[in-house]
Amino acid sequence: MDRIVKNRIILQFMSRGENVALSRITVAALASQLNLTLNDLEEIKVATSEAVSNAIIHGYQNNPDRLVKVVGTLYEDEIVIEVADEGVGIADIRQAMQPAYSSDPERMGLGFVFMQSFMDEVNVESQLNRGTKVTLRKRIGGAGAENKAVS
Amino acid sequence: MPDSREYYFKMAAKEEMLKMTLILHSKNRTLTVRVKGELDLVTAGEFRETVDRALEEMVAQNLIIDMGRVTFIDSSGLGVILGRYRKVRDKGGQVVIIGLNPNIKRILEMSGVQSFIPVCASEADAWRLLEKKAI
Repeated sequence: MDRIVKNRIILQFMSRGENVALSRITVAALASQLNLTLNDLEEIKVATSEAVSNAIIHGYQNNPDRLVKVVGTLYEDEIVIEVADEGVGIADIRQAMQPAYSSDPERMGLGFVFMQSFMDEVNVESQLNRGTKVTLRKRIGGAGAENKAVS
Repeated sequence: MPDSREYYFKMAAKEEMLKMTLILHSKNRTLTVRVKGELDLVTAGEFRETVDRALEEMVAQNLIIDMGRVTFIDSSGLGVILGRYRKVRDKGGQVVIIGLNPNIKRILEMSGVQSFIPVCASEADAWRLLEKKAI
């Protein structure tokens, strides 16, 4: 049986750095409709920021004229955030998700590490030259760090 | 060049629109940067540009980063701190972080940054640490 959707937002914006803050604040405002702690909201903000930053920096290689799409869905017991780009895609998802994997010496390669640490589930779908979709899930009152699935 | 100078760097036209403000202060070849606001993809670039210029102009060897009023940080923000650490270290200097609130502290701990950049509770502690290193 399909789960009941409590609320959903669809946000599409240009791949400009300024929109990273816009997206994380919007997603946090949506998440605040669930019974979450302030800590949970902070974690959702960081994870969203990482996914959107990745879309801009890696997916679109800092081209500010493309579009990033964020879909946030609230269920009774979970928030699901999808961040999608139509950029270059990721050749090797497993390698990209490794800590300290970064093509830029000023970046720590911790984006996926934070997403995995702060969310209950992180799923990455990517096709070269077609784009990447990152799906982040956080359960309400979930097991958090003890119960993570990464695919 | 005077020993102590203070600058206000405003990153946007209106105070209320600021995502990040940096207050820079230099003394005894140590640059202190007080960060207020959010350190993310956009403001990390502004932080890098401003701090690198100030390190050079003030001929500072060490860097104290006061993060007591940082309200948000992600891996882009941590990356720029790491970049400044490498730069200062390569010139024989030391970076010290002070004033972490619990949320920011947790992120720094997770990143492992604290294993190579010392974190002090107060500016006085940071100065004591720098003096000890100088001996």
